[in-house]
Amino acid sequence: MKFFSYVQSLIPRVFRRAEVSAEVDAELRSHIEHRADDLVRDGLNRVEAERRARIEFGGRERYKEESYEALGGNFFHSFWGDVRFALRVLRKSPGFTIAAVGTLALAIGANSVVFAVLNGLFIRPLNVPHSQDLYALQRGHDTYIVQSYPDYIDLRDRNRSFDGLAAYNISQVALDTGENPVSVWGYEASGNYFDELRVQPYLGRLFHGSDEHGPNSAPYIVLTYAYWHSHFQDDRSVVGRTVRLNKHPFTILGVAPPEFKGTLLFFSPDFFVPLVNQQQIDGENYLNARGTRWVFEVLGHLKPGVTREQATADLSSIGASLHQAYPKEDDQAGFSLVRPGLHGNFFAPAIRAFLTALMLLAALILLAACANLGSLFAARAADRSREVALRLALGSSRSRILRQLFTEAVLISLAGGAAGLWGGVMVLHWLGGWKPFPQFPMNIPVNPDANVYLVALLLALISGLLFGAVPVRQVLRTNPYEIVKAGSTAKMGRGIAVRDVLLVVQIAICAVLVTSSMVAVRGLARSLHTNLGFDPQNTVLVDTDLIMAGYRGDEIAAMQKRMSDTIQTIPGVIAVGLVDVPPLHMGWSISNVFFDQTRDFRPSNAAAVVIRYRISPEYFRAARTALLIGRSFSNHDDMKSPGVAVVNRQFASKILGSATNAIGKHFKLPDGTRIEVVGIAEDGKYTANIAEDAQPAMFLSILQQPANDTCMVVRTTNEMGRDPSQLMSAIRSKLRGLDAGLPSFIQTWDEEMNGALFGSRMATASLGVLGVMGAMLSITGIFGMAAYSVSKRLKELGIRVALGAQRKEVLQAALGRAFKLLAVGSAAGLVLGLLATRVLAFIVYQASPRDPLVLCGAVLAMALLGLIATWMPAQRALRVNPLVLLREE
Amino acid sequence: MGEQAQLLPGTLDLLILKAVSLGPLHGYGVLLRIGQISGSALLIEQGALYPALFRLVRQGLLKANWGISDNNRRAKFYELTTAGRKRLREEQDGWNRLAVAMSTALAAQPEEV
Repeated sequence: MKFFSYVQSLIPRVFRRAEVSAEVDAELRSHIEHRADDLVRDGLNRVEAERRARIEFGGRERYKEESYEALGGNFFHSFWGDVRFALRVLRKSPGFTIAAVGTLALAIGANSVVFAVLNGLFIRPLNVPHSQDLYALQRGHDTYIVQSYPDYIDLRDRNRSFDGLAAYNISQVALDTGENPVSVWGYEASGNYFDELRVQPYLGRLFHGSDEHGPNSAPYIVLTYAYWHSHFQDDRSVVGRTVRLNKHPFTILGVAPPEFKGTLLFFSPDFFVPLVNQQQIDGENYLNARGTRWVFEVLGHLKPGVTREQATADLSSIGASLHQAYPKEDDQAGFSLVRPGLHGNFFAPAIRAFLTALMLLAALILLAACANLGSLFAARAADRSREVALRLALGSSRSRILRQLFTEAVLISLAGGAAGLWGGVMVLHWLGGWKPFPQFPMNIPVNPDANVYLVALLLALISGLLFGAVPVRQVLRTNPYEIVKAGSTAKMGRGIAVRDVLLVVQIAICAVLVTSSMVAVRGLARSLHTNLGFDPQNTVLVDTDLIMAGYRGDEIAAMQKRMSDTIQTIPGVIAVGLVDVPPLHMGWSISNVFFDQTRDFRPSNAAAVVIRYRISPEYFRAARTALLIGRSFSNHDDMKSPGVAVVNRQFASKILGSATNAIGKHFKLPDGTRIEVVGIAEDGKYTANIAEDAQPAMFLSILQQPANDTCMVVRTTNEMGRDPSQLMSAIRSKLRGLDAGLPSFIQTWDEEMNGALFGSRMATASLGVLGVMGAMLSITGIFGMAAYSVSKRLKELGIRVALGAQRKEVLQAALGRAFKLLAVGSAAGLVLGLLATRVLAFIVYQASPRDPLVLCGAVLAMALLGLIATWMPAQRALRVNPLVLLREE
Repeated sequence: MGEQAQLLPGTLDLLILKAVSLGPLHGYGVLLRIGQISGSALLIEQGALYPALFRLVRQGLLKANWGISDNNRRAKFYELTTAGRKRLREEQDGWNRLAVAMSTALAAQPEEV
């Protein structure tokens, strides 16, 4: 109660200072007038009486101030005074202020960006109602969380743990609204998708489970808000309109709410269509294929009161019974629950590990910045020891002085935090709108939220208090009489040593950053020079989707052949090969293979899981994949002749026993087809990760294993390859000549590789940025230390010069210490950096800690940084003119 | 005015409480009342009165209200609160004990030791 009334009495004092001040004024005036009345009564005239009364009253301003303090509202007042004083002090040394704010802005900016990404991907839940109990299903041992559709239906209908299970798949489709068809990306979603996620329509209605009545029964499309906004100009009359998807009519049911962007974090879809219409969208129908896992993610809300363990047990028992019923298609594997949004554990662990490592490095940057600013503050406090001593001598309390110093530190850190956050938000804004892949609507959900602002504020405050605390001991130990007596050159005891330690720490941290960024850059450079198993130079990839253009059945193979033949006629084209999915593309196919003697084709009997390519005979020549032994396919390897395959060296040695004697051996595909090996190709890189180990792969003839969706690999001469745009327009016009309505996407293979190199490039870029920041920090840190020590010792240096010291000796005296600290710090940092590289090796391809080039590079870089940082102070030391200095004293 | 004595630290608060206990007073009135009851023997700087008054208000020993003085001017009048009355009694007892002890001590004669 007492406290409450105290707070209550405080509020008017804080917020109504002017009012309170006026009241105090009025009271004092009233006093003076009463006194003057008495003096008039004693015979003075009014004017004289008032003058006397004022004199008798004493220092009115002082009493007013004291009164105000007595009223207790003074803390905020004096705090405001501190702030104003700090601003004045900081304005007086703009160089220091800008350096300090800039350093912090960089560090806090880096931290908030990394944190925002971490927050967007891992901390912030999916933007759907009640996302806390929403889980995706993952099959026990594999990192894929794809399921087959019949399995999904069984899981959905037989589980007792979920409110319901929804499923979706990602697909690309040609959307025709009456003008030119455009290629758009979206979800094929189960009918209950929106209902299970508890999403309400923004406009019209969404589809429901009751809309599904078997394959192709629900030709409905729901648009996302963003697509409706950008492509239909917010036209509310679109509901009920018919559009064509891959030439099939679909009715627009409604528009999803603006905040709903599907359930995959890094992908923003344009539309949703029912999964049962898969055949119209994908051209193929896997709704009954239990062995084909293609449903991208199955997810649902746990029933209230059901634990994850119970749900896992429930699902696994369904899994076991499915295995019993369908041993060929369903292997014995339990289920686990994973967080939805990142496609299970497929991407998440690597990204999380990388982001955590980045967060750690960013925190190190901030720590280095704090060490930097701490030593600057200590130096300033030493310079201001006279001011501190005077204030102490005049009766100021030490706590008041410390409060002043902390106010300065926190002001700087808040300014730095604000600037850093502003810059960070700019970077995030750019990142959010960034589309790293032209073909794929990937986006990184990094828009900052309250979490990010809070973390930035906390980091700013913590770092302010951290570097503000460095000079505390110095102030507490100040003996005013000594300092006033001895003048400003007095040494501040062990404050110097603290600064030295801080500098070493900072340099060590920076050396770690510099080393790791070099390791990353080296790793990327190496990965660009590994043998890919194909040659992306001078090659153009032509991606056409015949399904989108309405081709069906046998027309597809015929059209593929026509297209290759036509493009082959373009001058400068050496070879045109077809492949279902080019290597190192965003997607790839895998298949079980079985030994020749196997009769029972259940998954557990498989000899191996291999990567499967379906290619035309010319593919190897077009991709420049070397054939080691044997032959490639010919046009005679078609449906009428026995199945043949070219396998890579890894396949041959791992599955067929030997790389050299594999020709003529047989293996079997999951459907029992017997395949003869006719050639051995070199190993290559296949999946979307350039860091992969050698994997077994097989190439099948597209004439024997037809593929609807293919990509043409167009190999050109060097001259032509130098200017691919000309070739691209030639290809485009040839294709238009064949079929004007055929959607095609043409790019060079080098461009296409960006996807595979995305991870390495991102890692290298972010580590590079942090490395540069580390380098900048160490420059400012060493510069500050060197400049300070030179300026403190100018007199001594002047005397040395006057006594005949040579340049070398002067430099030795002025900068010897800075260099010693630099050497110690760099050595410590290098050792730590090389240790850290072991961690980095998980993320950056071929990051090797024992790389002499990296070692030399890091040592050189640190030496160079030292040289840059000490250059100006050294010049200043060398220009010392003893006469001028001695005159000044 | 005879010879004036400097106030001991802490005694101003007690004097103000005493002065106000005799009836509500405005600031200048407090000053006059102290002069009156101490026979003008105590020297108080006029301005110094106010920080002390505000301190006592903040401690809840006095309460203040604006009113009209005998001179027909606006003035803030102070009166004791219950807590103030209690405090005055305690301080008075304490002071009396101290005064007795001090004067006894100072009155000591050589033969009494």
